[in-house]
Amino acid sequence: MAKRIEAVGVTAYYGSFKAIDSITMTIEPKSVTALIGPSGCGKSTFLRSINRMHEVLPGARVEGRLTVDDQNIYDPDVDVTAVRRVIGMVFQRPNPFPTMSIFDNVVAGLRLNGVRSKPALAEAAERALRSANLWDEVKDRLNKPGASLSGGQQQRLCIARAIAVEPQVLLMDEPCSALDPISTLAIEDLMLGLKDRFTIVIVTHNLQQAARVSDKTGFFSIDAAGEPGRLVEYDDTEKIFGNPSVPKTRDYIAGRFG
Amino acid sequence: MGKPIPIRPAGASVPGEPPHPPRLAPASALGGGGPRRRTLSADAVFRGVTLAAGAMVLVVIVAIAIFLGYQAVPALGRNSANFFTYQDWFPDSAPPAFGIAATGFGTVYTAVIALALAVPVSLGIALYLSHYAPRQVATALGFLIDLLAAVPSVVFGLWGRDCLYTPVRELSAWLNHYVGWFPPFHGDGPYGRSFLLGGVLLAIMILPIITSLSREVFRQSPKANEEAALALGATKWEMIRTAVLPYARPGIIAAVMLGLGRALGETIALAMTLGNTNILGFDLVTNGGTTIAANIANKFGEAGDTGRGALIASGLFLFGITLVVNVIARAVIFRRRELTETAV
Repeated sequence: MAKRIEAVGVTAYYGSFKAIDSITMTIEPKSVTALIGPSGCGKSTFLRSINRMHEVLPGARVEGRLTVDDQNIYDPDVDVTAVRRVIGMVFQRPNPFPTMSIFDNVVAGLRLNGVRSKPALAEAAERALRSANLWDEVKDRLNKPGASLSGGQQQRLCIARAIAVEPQVLLMDEPCSALDPISTLAIEDLMLGLKDRFTIVIVTHNLQQAARVSDKTGFFSIDAAGEPGRLVEYDDTEKIFGNPSVPKTRDYIAGRFG
Repeated sequence: MGKPIPIRPAGASVPGEPPHPPRLAPASALGGGGPRRRTLSADAVFRGVTLAAGAMVLVVIVAIAIFLGYQAVPALGRNSANFFTYQDWFPDSAPPAFGIAATGFGTVYTAVIALALAVPVSLGIALYLSHYAPRQVATALGFLIDLLAAVPSVVFGLWGRDCLYTPVRELSAWLNHYVGWFPPFHGDGPYGRSFLLGGVLLAIMILPIITSLSREVFRQSPKANEEAALALGATKWEMIRTAVLPYARPGIIAAVMLGLGRALGETIALAMTLGNTNILGFDLVTNGGTTIAANIANKFGEAGDTGRGALIASGLFLFGITLVVNVIARAVIFRRRELTETAV
């Protein structure tokens, strides 16, 4: 199920602006990897280049090699939609489809994959909602609009939508930044439960969150405004938060910078 | 939690307690009532002016309605035929006989043809402009579409009459020959100045309004939802079907209704291109056909007293149809606004 991701010299551009420079890192399967760093350091850009969502923006492009279980997803003959079906994504703000019910939101990805059978959809929806710890809260109102849920529930609905298609990697781009502490805790618990099945990569501004949920942590930073983001240090989370080897990381963790 | 704060309407007194003192300090406490009173009276004047402007609209509408009714009722009284089911238009013969069966049918039929042709093309252009075209192309093409909306309808009429006539005549003959088994395409000719010509011209005329309104709603579709669909592995078209079209549907309906409103009311371009005979049938290709508005434009000059009244009566009926269409369009737009406000 879960897959190993290897980035070798991944460089991403917005037009002529180089946003990240030559990122090289290996992300282990069935683990949670946190990407931390100050705003504008390119961690979200790197995350979005893992499922080729970076190139959705006009003028954006990626150079380098990014392999998922030895398949370079930037090979010219790779189907980008196939990549995104294997690598799911959860966004910063909850974004359920506003015109769809809770049920339709969860199975939207399956319907895109051509699943039409009602029992199969219902079963997959229940499985995904249970995995997202949302089933008990919504099982009696699956036909209500997704937008009728609270912000935290909407974000768990988006997680359910992402995992319903059984991806192998789950990318989360600051998934808790729009949520209150209790909803945040619910999502962190959820991540710990999901890492048995998925390779999870999370971008977060919340250092405690990175320390709580991740096995490995990558610290991104920029040398100066306008410079591309770099991976400064990447190691076990305990090492990064306990005894980082690069002074810049230590300063950031201690709150003296960024 | 502290002691709950009792909530009651302002000024309401509780038994046993003295009534609330007035919240606002009297004007004198603010250094005299002079300047304050002046602002208040300026407010009152402004309020009066805007109220008068608003009331003016109502007065004009009522005046129009009374005028139309006053002119139409005597003519309707002299009508020897059923106004709604009679096909021909002889208001100045003795006895007068006129009805809107053919003109009313023509109005709706040309509008339906125009919608059938214009809606798919408009939605295609709008999607191309909002989601496919490079920015420069979208800007230039969008400008051209808006320019198309600014062409006066009499110019459309001249163009349709001179440039569109021959191709439509040849197309009509071809349709009759090869697809004539389908009743609307069957006609003995002569071809050209037909419902088909009017419908095609009308389609071109309502294309800009439907295109630019639906382009706006397509543009407003939330980027976050588009990204969500793409991240699920949707192709661009699947993304549009999942995240753009369902969101835009009420807006599309409203755009189509406004286009329909314009098509129903179009006058001069149809007066110049239709055959102007009161036929009541689905034959698209043979010369003939008219609409309420085109009939008014063609007959008003030579009409006598009853003729004018009769034309005004048909205008009143057309006004009723367009009013209903517009009200439905507004209602749909209004509902959509409520929907998006609660959804966000």
